[in-house]
Amino acid sequence: MQKEAAIREPLILGHKTYHDVTEDVCRPIEDKAPKMWYILFGIALIIGLYGVGCIMYLLGTGVGVWGLNKTIGWAWDITNFVWWVGIGHAGTLISAVLLLFRQKWRMAINRSAEAMTIFAVFMAGLFPLIHMGRLWVGYWTLPLPNQFGSLWVNFNSPLLWDVFAISTYLSVSLVFWYIGLIPDFATIRDRAKKPVAKKMYSILSFGWSGRAKHWNRFELVSLVLAGLATPLVFSVHSIVSFDFATSVIPGWHTTIFPPYFVAGAVFSGFAMVQTLLLIMRKAMSLEAYIHTKHVEYMNIVIMVTGSIVGTAYITELFISWYSGVEYEAYAFMNRATGPYWWAYWAMMTCNVISPQLMWFRKLRRSLMFTFFISIVVNIGMWFERYVIIVTSLHRDYIPAAWSMHYPSHIDIGVYIGTIGLFFVFFLLFARYFPVLALNEVKTILKGSGQSYKESPDYHKHH
Amino acid sequence: MSDKVIYVMFDDDEVLKDGAKKLVSKGIKINEVFSPFPIHGIDPIIGVKQTRLGIMAFLYGLTGLTLATIGMRYFMVVDWPMNIGGKPNFSYLQNILAFIPISFEFTVLCAAHGMAITYLLLNKTLPGMPAQNPDPRTTDDKFVMEIRLSENSSMTEADLDAVIKETGFIEIDKKDIK
Repeated sequence: MQKEAAIREPLILGHKTYHDVTEDVCRPIEDKAPKMWYILFGIALIIGLYGVGCIMYLLGTGVGVWGLNKTIGWAWDITNFVWWVGIGHAGTLISAVLLLFRQKWRMAINRSAEAMTIFAVFMAGLFPLIHMGRLWVGYWTLPLPNQFGSLWVNFNSPLLWDVFAISTYLSVSLVFWYIGLIPDFATIRDRAKKPVAKKMYSILSFGWSGRAKHWNRFELVSLVLAGLATPLVFSVHSIVSFDFATSVIPGWHTTIFPPYFVAGAVFSGFAMVQTLLLIMRKAMSLEAYIHTKHVEYMNIVIMVTGSIVGTAYITELFISWYSGVEYEAYAFMNRATGPYWWAYWAMMTCNVISPQLMWFRKLRRSLMFTFFISIVVNIGMWFERYVIIVTSLHRDYIPAAWSMHYPSHIDIGVYIGTIGLFFVFFLLFARYFPVLALNEVKTILKGSGQSYKESPDYHKHH
Repeated sequence: MSDKVIYVMFDDDEVLKDGAKKLVSKGIKINEVFSPFPIHGIDPIIGVKQTRLGIMAFLYGLTGLTLATIGMRYFMVVDWPMNIGGKPNFSYLQNILAFIPISFEFTVLCAAHGMAITYLLLNKTLPGMPAQNPDPRTTDDKFVMEIRLSENSSMTEADLDAVIKETGFIEIDKKDIK
């Protein structure tokens, strides 16, 4: 058993036993869903279906139904793509990077953060696919021998790197998540009374029995997957940023993009985790496992990554002037003072100023304030991508080509629809899956549980 | 050949570990331990060797890297060298920078999936497999040791029972298997 310093706040509050942990996590799955769940699910489903309808219309009519024009050829679609991929960075960061750093507080949040990651990457992946216009030929992005002569996809292109990065990230995150879920499904299986539930969880749990040798492999597989997923997290958003950074558009052609995008991704991902978990802990009575200390730790991550993002914004501004490239300088002047000034200053306020408030201990430990800031950050990070993409494009080199972007209702419908679909997935997850990593939480119960830490035996040496 | 299995149940991982140490020191072979979470330090006591899945992951990764290199060299250099901005792909080495991202991604892809599949196959945990834990509570808060009579032929059942009694177990269950 591992011990930790007495002054560290316990990670599991109250007097919990192993059985209590099982009960607390399994009860919401076994009980009837509360009315609120049906209401939220209904709303999410309606919004999601509206989004699906918009996508159908888009596929039937063509990408022309978006508010794009010949100057602004990329707008909401790629903004949404980058936004969702960014949100999808917290889960694997929490489960992989924090596992390597042996941060035990991750155990209460990693399962739901990973689920969020996977659903966010689903939503992200939708945008490049529908942007093709012909969804059914999406497999053309793979290097397949084909009927057009020996024509291959371009391996020099960051867009193809993206195909590999996103699909690797999605599938590896999915595997990482599922490997952790198997033992917990076994717990639900062994408790299940209804035959259908028993059968379902029995299939999902792959016959897991908890043998010593299996646990030995389990721990190594988790560690190696964490080791593989850690550079993967950083590579994915670096590659997403290459979509812009390797172009020659002033405002995009920036070497700072990879680290700046990665920090922004973690920033927005943690904000989304806060938004979801603050509601979930309350709705599912998990306050003993996800409490103020966890929220504070996440707020510190938000503060650090938010500061990196802020520094990157200011560096970008400085370099655009210092480089002496007038197009570059103009792109940034135009962002701050041009027709899209409101988007720029919304981004600055949400992403630079709001995380700095987390320096105050009182604020970063306040759940209401955290919830508010998490929404602000999510809005700010959407604007960041919008600013980077649209303001860099809308004033072309020739003033005659200058243009503005106005989203069509399909633009808006598809975006709002992905938010609905995301919540449909997340609500289903919260209903049928163990939202806490049971087996991992049990391993830290004796080391970090309140009742154990307060017992007189805790600090005796064995 | 008929055999008898003794399942000894504990309600604490530390007690099980101490008990296992006691039994092993008396020369008893513990066939298996079932637990709801990994018990750290149990493996050397009951003689479970450290898994070599890590080496497998490395080999799968190496395979991925090799495949990616061979593939991209064939597509971009041998079969159809693209001429982008007057800079044709004449050799793989001269253009290697553009190939690094996909080499990395494909290495990770193969290592992660190769290892995960090997892990599931080795464990024999696959969709639809039946659960094998002796008691449903071992995935909740109970810990079970499995001792087989045939593996401890030097002792009689009564001797075994006497030693097991000192371990602080909460329940004991015996089963005849064919």
